[in-house]
Amino acid sequence: MKFSENWLRELVDIQADRATLAHALTMAGLEVEELTPLGDGLDGVVVAEIVGAEKHPEADRLQVCKVAAGQGEPLQIVCGAPNARVGIKVPLATVGAKLPGGITIKAAKLRGVESFGMLCSAKELGLDTDASGLLELPSDAPVGQSLATYLGLPDASIELKLTPNRPDCLGLFGLAHDVAALFGSRVKTGEQAAAPVTSAARRGIRLEAGKDAPRYLGRVVEGIDPAARTPLWLAERLRRAGLRPISAVVDITNYVMLELGQPMHAFDNDTLDGDIVVRHARPGETLKLLDGNDATLDEGFVLIADGRKALAAGGVMGGFDSRVTDATRNIFFEAAHFAPAAIMGRARKLGLHTDASHRFERGVDPELPRRALERATELLLAIAGGKAGPVLVAENLADLPQPAPVTLRRARLRRVLGVEVADAEVARIFTALGMRVEPQAEGWRITAPSSRFDIEREEDLIEEVARIFGYDRIPTASPAGALALAAEPEARIGELALREQLAARGYFEAVNLSFVPAELLARWGLAGQGVPLANPLSADLAVMRPLLLPGLVEALRHNRARQQERVRLFEVARVFAAGDPPVETPSLAIVASGSARAEQWGEPSRALDFFDLKGDLDALLAWGGEPQRWAVHADGLPAWLHPGRGARLSRDGETVGWLGALHPQLAKALDLGPDVHVLELALEPLLARRLPKGQPVARFPSVRRDIAMEVPEDVAWSRIGEVVRDSLGDVLKELRLFDRYSGKGVEAGRKSLAMGLILQDASRTLTDEDADRCVRQAIAALEQACRAKLRG
Amino acid sequence: MDDLDSRAAQALADIGKADTLDALDALRVGLLGKSGIVTAALKALGALAPDERKARGAEVNRVKERLADALAARKATLEQAELDRRLASETIDISLPGRDGERGGIHPITRALERIASIFARLGYQRADGPEIEDDWHNFEALNFPPHHPARAMHDTFYFGDGRLLRTHTSPVQIRSMKGRQPPIRIIAPGKVYRSDSDQTHSPMFHQIEGLLVDETSSFADLKGTLAEFVRAFFERDFEMRFRPSYFPFTEPSAEVDIRWETADGQSRWLEVLGCGMVHPNVLANCGIDPERYTGFAFGLGVERFAMLRYGVADLRAFFENDLRFLKQFA
Repeated sequence: MKFSENWLRELVDIQADRATLAHALTMAGLEVEELTPLGDGLDGVVVAEIVGAEKHPEADRLQVCKVAAGQGEPLQIVCGAPNARVGIKVPLATVGAKLPGGITIKAAKLRGVESFGMLCSAKELGLDTDASGLLELPSDAPVGQSLATYLGLPDASIELKLTPNRPDCLGLFGLAHDVAALFGSRVKTGEQAAAPVTSAARRGIRLEAGKDAPRYLGRVVEGIDPAARTPLWLAERLRRAGLRPISAVVDITNYVMLELGQPMHAFDNDTLDGDIVVRHARPGETLKLLDGNDATLDEGFVLIADGRKALAAGGVMGGFDSRVTDATRNIFFEAAHFAPAAIMGRARKLGLHTDASHRFERGVDPELPRRALERATELLLAIAGGKAGPVLVAENLADLPQPAPVTLRRARLRRVLGVEVADAEVARIFTALGMRVEPQAEGWRITAPSSRFDIEREEDLIEEVARIFGYDRIPTASPAGALALAAEPEARIGELALREQLAARGYFEAVNLSFVPAELLARWGLAGQGVPLANPLSADLAVMRPLLLPGLVEALRHNRARQQERVRLFEVARVFAAGDPPVETPSLAIVASGSARAEQWGEPSRALDFFDLKGDLDALLAWGGEPQRWAVHADGLPAWLHPGRGARLSRDGETVGWLGALHPQLAKALDLGPDVHVLELALEPLLARRLPKGQPVARFPSVRRDIAMEVPEDVAWSRIGEVVRDSLGDVLKELRLFDRYSGKGVEAGRKSLAMGLILQDASRTLTDEDADRCVRQAIAALEQACRAKLRG
Repeated sequence: MDDLDSRAAQALADIGKADTLDALDALRVGLLGKSGIVTAALKALGALAPDERKARGAEVNRVKERLADALAARKATLEQAELDRRLASETIDISLPGRDGERGGIHPITRALERIASIFARLGYQRADGPEIEDDWHNFEALNFPPHHPARAMHDTFYFGDGRLLRTHTSPVQIRSMKGRQPPIRIIAPGKVYRSDSDQTHSPMFHQIEGLLVDETSSFADLKGTLAEFVRAFFERDFEMRFRPSYFPFTEPSAEVDIRWETADGQSRWLEVLGCGMVHPNVLANCGIDPERYTGFAFGLGVERFAMLRYGVADLRAFFENDLRFLKQFA
């Protein structure tokens, strides 16, 4: 809602200066979004008339004008504006004037011709953005009068960011009531006089839309002057409210809407046929709207029609064919009440947002139509003449909203706000807001005016008291009541701690948008996975990701493209799968590329490999305290992993994630090398942590025996561990792999694994013989199960 | 006798000149060894008369002690010199970089989010969560947004074909936390939210934190006090703050909170940082909580806004580019 400050001040008597007014509005919940001062620094600018114009002898684009400014002889002024011509009235900045842009006007010679002032455009005066030519003033503008006085300046254009609950402030009339309450003043809007009825022209109105359109007022005004022009004062008020003047009739309906908050419409009465019918649209019914577009309606729309055709989308926009044109002589005014529920979402459905729909869907005072109609008639008769017919009323009183009293309890007010507001103050606030106040033993019975759609229950009244009393006058306190300490589960690793741990291992946390392009998923072999949006912003943001890695690898690419070779990133976020309801699973993803270690001086550099990433994973698993519940598997890999350098990860036998090198084809498609390694796994299993349970430490020493075994290449280390553990049982405390070798000295297709067996018995010290026997047992088991041979 | 004295004098001089431990050891053997001069002199005592032997013996022992002391002293000196030499040779350039000293870092959004959540955790607020893909009831209807209500237009919503939507705020977690529970309730719900809007100052995905307190005594004054304390704790300084009436369908009275923020050019302006209000009775009733008996307040804040203010980040989009040069600033 944008409006002229002077206009508001005409409706309510306040002394407060502009800054105070703006602050008070903001602090009352009517936030001032923008305040544009207008007409400051117009001293020395007057209304002038061009009485003579000749071409400049030295410059094609300039004219030498004779300008009457009300004092003595016309002034000689050189002007370059294309619309400068004899007979028009324009603003003249006289010598000595200081314009808002900072220019000081001096007598000067332009290309050898003397000039005593400057003729101005609206932009040069800070009144508008139009700089195309001189601001042309109406022909009746009094020559010599100060421009500021003539235009009613200085003024300010104030734009409010209104919340949807305050449609009453979408008209100055309602806003004035709030301002009056804020400043303890009164509104100056009296009763609206009825226009003299000098014609019998009428038109029947039939209401057929039930409670969606319970009131419709109309009036025929005949014989207006189609050439009548909108007077300057009215055009200026519209302009300062952000509306362009269009034509006298349209400007009048807009003016009334701004002043009272009641949207109106004017039809060309000669295009109407028979009675006005207010009904619901038929499914598929079409209507050419004012903006020239054809709209297809459904039965949710209220339609204004006549005996033959659709005329207007009620509460949204008028129709093209029945619009007022510059040939229109007979007008049919409409001022109706539409129920908010009937208009909500309608304009949006047509891809529109109009001043009318904006107001009606929030709620317009049902008592306004008559006043608006009389006001519009008054203005029309004054501006364009004509003869007004009687006010035509169709209404279903039972379907109109009835103001119902709401009770406010003193104790509740105090409890919700946490402050005591004096009874007299409460009564004053409601009275000032135009509400009827009936004191009761425990509080008040309040009846809101019909304009206040938002007052339905006690809380609404409490809010009104708080708003006008002032939020800043409510004290600050601390909530009382016992503090229940939130229990922190110890058998769960905190997500923040996990993130910090990854940071300590050199990874940076990334935050990617949750949406990914379908095309990227297809590239990863994940087409059809994730959850697609019905209305994505763009194809790049179309699918809720089924996996964090595609996006995270994109982040890696972003960095690789910016001279970062070694990139280590992780992300913790949810992944999505279709379902009813869709499944959201918190997930952890890691990507790493470049050298295994940060660039350093002491050791040869080495590219990152699978086991670097696995080491990072092992550290996280060790934290949980139960690494034995986890296993890696070479089978069941997704398409995006290298089939020989990838692993499926399970916990208690259930697949929970994957790690490994990117599939070389995918890496190539993404323009990445073989060093990119990735990991993704469900977060929850990773966060599970064993609560430690104390055990006595072993009293007897451990013994270590090292053996080197040759096994076929395809025997996995995990298998060897299994066999050794099975063969030795509890006496084996730990099995460490300390070398792996293949090549010279080892048969082709075989590898040598050197391992240390840490042996310990809980009940006695192991003898050398015990240890040797264990080693023999292990070797025998390996020979049998793994085709292993002891290396000499 | 004179002979021993003079040889001892010579030996002392030699000891003083010995410059390696080996040379010193050779001297020691020559003096105190089996065939050393002192040993010889001691052996020679046996040939003397008893009274002469005693005097001579004492004298030889004195010489022996002097030599032994001198040898030990010289040995200590040489050993120290040897140690100094060795240590000097082992000197490294301690200014070389350490190994594996690189640290990653958590994202500034996480950092701000966790800081906020931990402040409320100290006030007894428990963390709560809900799905990002929500239904209309939790995201709008239960929060007192009727269908097609213009208040919904403030939320540009992403939809799925089945009528589900991406939550536009963390407020639905209020509903999920209150349903099936009775007050007192204190929860804090951080998470991702989505609005169909993207430009320099809007990201289609961003982070919010929702707070909710419901009990038998809470009032708007408590809400003001809680948020004033929070802002002070988060920024570690005092701010001029103001609560402005506003409108959210799920709170009444509702407020927006501004803080007075100094800009780089020494100016200051009001900056909106929070939305809040007293929980609307309809919302409590929707969750099976008696609005007559209980009152509560709720607040919601944008994590990115707090992170930008706290860490001086000027461009919202930087948060989602994951450029290491940006992320490293918060390590």
